[in-house]
Amino acid sequence: MWQYDFMRHAFEAGTIVAIIAGIIGYFIVLRRSSFAAHALSHIGFAGAAGAVLLGVNPIIGLLVFTSGGGFAIAMLGRKAASRDVQIGTVLAFMLGLGVLFISLYSGYATEAYSLLFGEILGISSGDVLVTLIAALVLLVTVAILYRPLLFTSLDEDVAEAKGVSIFWIGVAFMLLIAVTTSIAVQVVGVLLIFALMVTPAAVAQRTTKRPARGILVSVLIALLATWLGLFISFYVPYPVSFFITTATFAVYLAVRSWQALRARQ
Amino acid sequence: MQKHLDNKIEAVILAEDVEGGYGANTVWKDANFSIGQGEFVAVLGPNGAGKTTLFRMLLGLTQPLSGTLTIFGKAPRRGNPRIGYVPQRHPIDEETGVEALELVRLGLTGNHWGTGSVNQGIKEALAVLRTVGAEELAHRELGALSGGELQRIFLAEALIGKPDLLLLDEPLANLDMRRESNFVQLINDVVRSRGVTVLLIAHNINPLLPVLDRVIYVANGRVTNGKPSEVLTSKSLTDLYGIPIEVVKDSHGRIAIIGMDETPEHEHHIHDQGNVHTHE
Repeated sequence: MWQYDFMRHAFEAGTIVAIIAGIIGYFIVLRRSSFAAHALSHIGFAGAAGAVLLGVNPIIGLLVFTSGGGFAIAMLGRKAASRDVQIGTVLAFMLGLGVLFISLYSGYATEAYSLLFGEILGISSGDVLVTLIAALVLLVTVAILYRPLLFTSLDEDVAEAKGVSIFWIGVAFMLLIAVTTSIAVQVVGVLLIFALMVTPAAVAQRTTKRPARGILVSVLIALLATWLGLFISFYVPYPVSFFITTATFAVYLAVRSWQALRARQ
Repeated sequence: MQKHLDNKIEAVILAEDVEGGYGANTVWKDANFSIGQGEFVAVLGPNGAGKTTLFRMLLGLTQPLSGTLTIFGKAPRRGNPRIGYVPQRHPIDEETGVEALELVRLGLTGNHWGTGSVNQGIKEALAVLRTVGAEELAHRELGALSGGELQRIFLAEALIGKPDLLLLDEPLANLDMRRESNFVQLINDVVRSRGVTVLLIAHNINPLLPVLDRVIYVANGRVTNGKPSEVLTSKSLTDLYGIPIEVVKDSHGRIAIIGMDETPEHEHHIHDQGNVHTHE
């Protein structure tokens, strides 16, 4: 399996994305911002499709559109995460725009398919490098913002009174989601991004009480699902995304069932 | 306590002709009062009268539209470590799986950049949880706690920085009557015994009567203050609102305020405050 470049690149990019998605995902679930994350991935689709149309690397389009979208959502204010009607309206429009770009491109339908559902086996060494750099920037940023981010997530008004800027933390967090989404799209695509960014973190929230451990659990689940998906797909001719989403869903289902059973006793 | 009342030099909070509001909207004006060290003050008034505006001003989140407001002799500023704050609103719900201890230690470490060390603030958080009688809640999930338990956690979170002034926005809102008076006793025992000044926004004054030094009444665009016995009289409230209001006492000394229903904009107030508590 390792003799193939595409497999090595897939594992490298998959590993990097799983770690980042696990970390950012923990905060997404804690802040109840999963809809904003969902919206950003769709906004990113329009950007990626536009980039394809212009003959630019899709990741550039993704970064530009998700960052712009993330900033706009943050500007909506403190209650941005719950503004689902406004966000949903923009989301639908962006998806439509993406469809237009793809049809204008009139090239291969596979391009749209890989944006929507991921094409990890087509990742180049250049893509891996971009992913790695983005991931390092994200890691450093999260490390710097860690405590204020946690504080504003759990007790916004007290954090504000203590001098933390709710607005700027909100903007920074939306940009973190934007960049994470942009690199995660390569692995699972726009439509399946929840599998890496929300499901592992949701399991972590249900099984841990301390944020540091929660982040660790979230990362481990995302990592195992990605590795398992890649490994199986090497031998079975079905999409990697399917195996990754199935793995995280299985963990989620198992944890919820186990907790429901335990609660009944 | 009495000696502090008129001593402006030692005033923890001093308001001179303060006008409160946002932008062009004045919520109240001509506020003049001074709060001495160690006083326990209830902030009363109808919903929307500007009680939280007053708190936000003290926290440095909103500036007075005019007048002078000082805390410990200086203008209010955001992030003042001498102030502990418990807001009315918390983003915690039953899905919040983080343990209480983590929230309490954020009260000490949450406004610093970086990740901090794993055990930073744990010792202090456990100590303050012990102080508020909530040590056994340290490792419980926030989402699994009752309203009364959460209030103890929030109090611990506010106290961990050892503040000299504590601002509590409706901490009694979701408590039943017995827990109301227990919580008031707790504040009185652990906070006030250390000389900490307490401002507490409440809808019902009865659980506070045993410990109260002073009442600030925010209503009708004005801020009045004085001893409970002075402010909470039929005459002073009638003057304050400009409509006939009657303050009735029962045999236990509990108070009911009657007559707000003549002004439709004070609807909430009738509901919350006109409610006579009849059981112990």
